[in-house]
Amino acid sequence: MQRRNFVKKSALAYLAGILGADIVYGAKMPMGYVPLGLQEPDPFTLFDKSKEMVVLNDRPWNMEAQAHLLDDAVTPNQYMFIRNNGIIPEDIDVDNWTLTLDGESVKERKSYTIQQLRTEFKPYTYQLTLECGGNGRSEFDPPAKGNQWTIGAVSCARWTGLRLRDLLEDVGFNDDAVYIGYHGADVHLSRNPDKEPISRGMPMAKALQDETLLAYNMNGEDIPLAHGFPLRLVAGGWPASVSGKWINRISIRNQVHDGAKMEGSSYRVPCHSVAPGEKVADEDMCIIESMPVKSLITYPKSGAMISEGEKMNIRGHAWAGELEVDKLDYSIDFGATWRPCSLQKPNNRLAWQQFSASIDFPKKGYYEVWARATDSRGIAQPMVLPGWNPKGYLNNACHRIAVKIV
Amino acid sequence: MPDHKSFWKNSRKAYRFLIVLCGVAFIAAILVFYIKGDKVDDNYEDVVEKDPNRIENGIHVRTGLIDAPGLTETVNNCTTCHSAKLVIQNRMSKARWQATIRWMQETQNLWDLGDQEDIIVNYLVTNYPPQKKGRRQSLSDVEWYTLK
Repeated sequence: MQRRNFVKKSALAYLAGILGADIVYGAKMPMGYVPLGLQEPDPFTLFDKSKEMVVLNDRPWNMEAQAHLLDDAVTPNQYMFIRNNGIIPEDIDVDNWTLTLDGESVKERKSYTIQQLRTEFKPYTYQLTLECGGNGRSEFDPPAKGNQWTIGAVSCARWTGLRLRDLLEDVGFNDDAVYIGYHGADVHLSRNPDKEPISRGMPMAKALQDETLLAYNMNGEDIPLAHGFPLRLVAGGWPASVSGKWINRISIRNQVHDGAKMEGSSYRVPCHSVAPGEKVADEDMCIIESMPVKSLITYPKSGAMISEGEKMNIRGHAWAGELEVDKLDYSIDFGATWRPCSLQKPNNRLAWQQFSASIDFPKKGYYEVWARATDSRGIAQPMVLPGWNPKGYLNNACHRIAVKIV
Repeated sequence: MPDHKSFWKNSRKAYRFLIVLCGVAFIAAILVFYIKGDKVDDNYEDVVEKDPNRIENGIHVRTGLIDAPGLTETVNNCTTCHSAKLVIQNRMSKARWQATIRWMQETQNLWDLGDQEDIIVNYLVTNYPPQKKGRRQSLSDVEWYTLK
């Protein structure tokens, strides 16, 4: 008995040491129970995600989809990638949450409650494509530092909220306004309260677009915590880092916003193309705005085998930043010949578009089905990696799947 | 009175027997607790006795980092703010690992690493060096399945 108690007591002391606190009522804790504070959090349960999602990082949380998971026209939460720069805010109090507008160019500093934002402004709903600027980073050579996204850091959900423009007009701004910068409630990884993990923004022209929302709903429900509850920006077609989460302050600036991750190599690429691995001077780096044309084959999943003589139906999505996708072609011979897919119009501007085709294969063997989208200005996806840049942004190389005819 | 005395004599006998019986039961109970208790206590013993820095198959289990010279310095300095997963998924040259440390010092509150910096950079570039990928890699790790 004594030994048993001793073991239990020393275990409790050890656990308390890790937790940095005594476990009150520890003696009443069932044998074998691991206290919640110590449990390896299961991110799939925690964020209501599919177990097929791929965790890239657990501090901060970063998680991506696989191509076949993104088959829905409207991305549900369970397949939506998570990209965090800091620690997700804890203890969010919606009733006392305020959004403050300030900055050099604001007419008058003003704060709004969530209730005011929901009731005093007309709500709009748009389906908006959000792609991480670093989606596809893993393919760059020389490699670029950061989370090694493959293809799954893109989504297109239905967002509901007020137009940022309506809010900016309500508060009023001066003629010298050039940029808005956002501030969120997320916490810097170092836990230093004076540091923001990320504080980016957008030029006034983007801020004033119809589709740029300050959203409080996603797919008809409260925004999930990992995606910015209770309030986030949604600027479709631009790097998703422009669409700040957990927003509590927006600064109307008379200069390009200079918050965290606006400068250096963050979300910036060489203004003129450079050789792979080349050093780029700071003044030669330009902020990423519209994302490039891209597409994803979401059905079938790569690795499909069919019998000789059968047709294979393929489908997926295509998007082009600020632009529309005009054309979607597929190739089964590594780009030697291309055939057109049927391509739908977007549900609204800045939403991804669905494509499909039915493919005949000439004989047995290994094939790759490649998809190539072309935007409304005639610019198409490259088959190889696009221009190298220090942080590995904007990889819009063609997506392809492996197929065998047996 | 004799009746009374013999009653006490008999009772004493009975008590003695009872005490011995209880003693045996007590010892048996202790033995049972030792044997059974060991099994029940397995979870606790795991927590107490398993080294949080144990290495299995050349991997530091808690972080997933490769066990090699410089591991301790890397774990202590590079996994305080962010996950080791961020280190493991990256591949960089010596100059770029150094530049990454500078960037974290300038913008992310990373402290001066002192004489540990060389140890850490050597660990990183030895165990997580850049890999040549070319302009486009072949599709790999394809899981084949029959499409119905």
